[in-house]
Amino acid sequence: MKEKITGAEALMRSLEHQGVKTLFGYPGGSIMPTFDALYGHRDKLNHILVRHEQGAAHAAQGFARVSGEVGVCLVTSGPGATNTITGVADAMIDSTPIVVIAGQVGASFLGTDAFQEVDLVGITQPISKWSYQIRRAEDVAWAVARAFFIAKSGRPGPVVLDFAKNAQVEMVDYEPITLDYIRSYDPIPDTDRMALQHAADLINAAEKPFVLVGQGVELGNAQAELLAFLEKADIPCGRTLLGLSAIPTVHPLNKGMLGMHGNLGPNVKTNECDVLIAVGMRFDDRVTGRLDTYAKQAKIIHMDIDPSEINKNVKVDVAVLGDCKETLPQLTQLLRENKHTAWIESFGKYEQQEYEHVIEKEVFPKEGPLNMGEVARAVSEAANNEAILVTDVGQNQMLSARYFKYSKNRSIVTSGGLGTMGFGLPAAIGATFGRPDRTVCVFMGDGGLQMNLQELGTIMEQKAPVKMILLNNNYLGNVRQWQAMFFGRRYSFTPMLNPDYMKIAEAYEIPSRRVMKRGELQEAIREMLDTDGPFLLEACVIEEGNVMPMTPPGGTVNEMLLEC
Amino acid sequence: MEKKLYTLIVHSENIAGLLNQVTAVFTRRQINIESLNVSASSIKGVHKYTITVWATQEMIEIVVKQIEKKIDVLQAHYFTDDEIYQHEIALYKLSTPEFQNNPMGSKVIRRHNARIVEVNPVYSIVEKNGMSEDITGLYEELKEIGCVLQFVRSGRVAITKSNFERVNEYLDYREEKYRKQKQESV
Repeated sequence: MKEKITGAEALMRSLEHQGVKTLFGYPGGSIMPTFDALYGHRDKLNHILVRHEQGAAHAAQGFARVSGEVGVCLVTSGPGATNTITGVADAMIDSTPIVVIAGQVGASFLGTDAFQEVDLVGITQPISKWSYQIRRAEDVAWAVARAFFIAKSGRPGPVVLDFAKNAQVEMVDYEPITLDYIRSYDPIPDTDRMALQHAADLINAAEKPFVLVGQGVELGNAQAELLAFLEKADIPCGRTLLGLSAIPTVHPLNKGMLGMHGNLGPNVKTNECDVLIAVGMRFDDRVTGRLDTYAKQAKIIHMDIDPSEINKNVKVDVAVLGDCKETLPQLTQLLRENKHTAWIESFGKYEQQEYEHVIEKEVFPKEGPLNMGEVARAVSEAANNEAILVTDVGQNQMLSARYFKYSKNRSIVTSGGLGTMGFGLPAAIGATFGRPDRTVCVFMGDGGLQMNLQELGTIMEQKAPVKMILLNNNYLGNVRQWQAMFFGRRYSFTPMLNPDYMKIAEAYEIPSRRVMKRGELQEAIREMLDTDGPFLLEACVIEEGNVMPMTPPGGTVNEMLLEC
Repeated sequence: MEKKLYTLIVHSENIAGLLNQVTAVFTRRQINIESLNVSASSIKGVHKYTITVWATQEMIEIVVKQIEKKIDVLQAHYFTDDEIYQHEIALYKLSTPEFQNNPMGSKVIRRHNARIVEVNPVYSIVEKNGMSEDITGLYEELKEIGCVLQFVRSGRVAITKSNFERVNEYLDYREEKYRKQKQESV
């Protein structure tokens, strides 16, 4: 049954047809017809008014990361659209499915430098999975169907729809479209049986196999399949920053976090193992360190859904393409049950070393000011290690990621690839809408909080139950640490004069508490978690605290510094 | 690793803005495009890009995969010169007096199988198609005579020497895969 409606109305129905219930946005001139249509759909589409379009993009990311659904943003043309760019780029590099719908000037004004016109498709082509301009109302249903299919299938990513104003107001015969095929786009590449067998042979013969777990496992919902694989062949694993909650922290085969500020064991063992199996990860330079000394002794198996990741940074011996939800069980079937007890126990020495030199001091200090890691661990445990961790970027990110414990899937939301300061607060807002049943804790520094501070307004209005933990050290801490280590302690523009965050919270009617002493920490965290709705906990932490251990930039993965 | 001249053949849907996306892959990796030709292909609605670049094999493999990753790109492949039949066209604008004053002039044109397509008292235009090196060869000889006013050459067009038409096979494969997928889900 066809029916004549406006393009804007067609967009609303197309979004509902895709199952969208929540969107994050901000109105403006060129998107007004669409917001007018949205007014009539408020019963089905919950629109969250953010305070800045960057916030909308990050909120959509947070929503998508915890729920596994597509996050949606609705913004106006020109500055509204460009303000989402950081979020689009962030979603691209971290494989997050979002659809950004931006207004655009009418088709007859395109290319004339009209008011609030920007070449959004041109700008976003290199940083999005797909970017398309809707110039006619009759393209709306098709473009939305295509956008959602592309965003969530295969390796997920951001899609941008540039919605010309004339297409919003023109009438169209609407009919819902469901799309699951694009001939030029193969979301899940075929798995080569020979490669699977070759991988299985290598693993079966391995004495010191080691698995790198990436976000692909979470994106593919293959957490159970991963465990079955690891347990059958008895293989220890390290997790990337984005893959931290793909396996429970306490699982005996979990040997910690990979990368520059990861754990000592998995980094050292990367250069000792005989077969390295990477699952849904992309050998980022923050994981590999110096490439020409990375896992040279090992045969490398790379399992990924994106063929362009194979041999991009690290040359591999076997590539197993496909969806790990399918390929992991296929591989597991070819494996024999095995025990690698001595190899697994050999991690213990490094765990002990790291505990003595780093963890004990960071998490269980007897005196001195509060440590960042200490706060992170205390929050995690107070929430039964079941909370969703959202982080900003910097020391707060590394230390909370390191010392949080994960017992449920999809429990970490962080800007890994792009490293976007200001990501945390809006992403946490999105996460509370994506999983209203779970506790959402966001760790931020004083720098990152202020980069999207305006979103406190969104939290106030929505009463979004975001548990905000501000680790305040009056520095841009991560840069300061590098200045201390590599730039002769020349603290070039990293000390920062801070406002009174308690007054800011008060202005937004958000309950808050400042903690300076160790003895008050537990009680303050309890107060935060027991309070209904949002809460800001400011922990005044050691000013010149460092994230350790560390592989210096360009350093070799098994030569981590334990102290600086 | 040693750099070689590679010819990339890319097939895509005919969608505005795709050329930008393809060239941006080279820009990001700081690879200069030697020549570029875009035209309709033998398949309706499908465009064909022929791109030549100097690169290492390692890099060309990465670049081809990143081009193929673009949603509207059907296929991208790279070839060395022995795997393709390739041609270019060139036009040479010559000073008529200088050209006619040198007895070698017309001999060079004949030897190179080139054609004179325009003559007037001021200038003459010569057209030649052939392999890259033939076109350069004619240019070098005419330059020695000292009569060249302008010289322009097209991008390379290339056809694979393989017995298989990969794009047609790809399109069949995609339809077959989708059909199977549908059957399995029913």
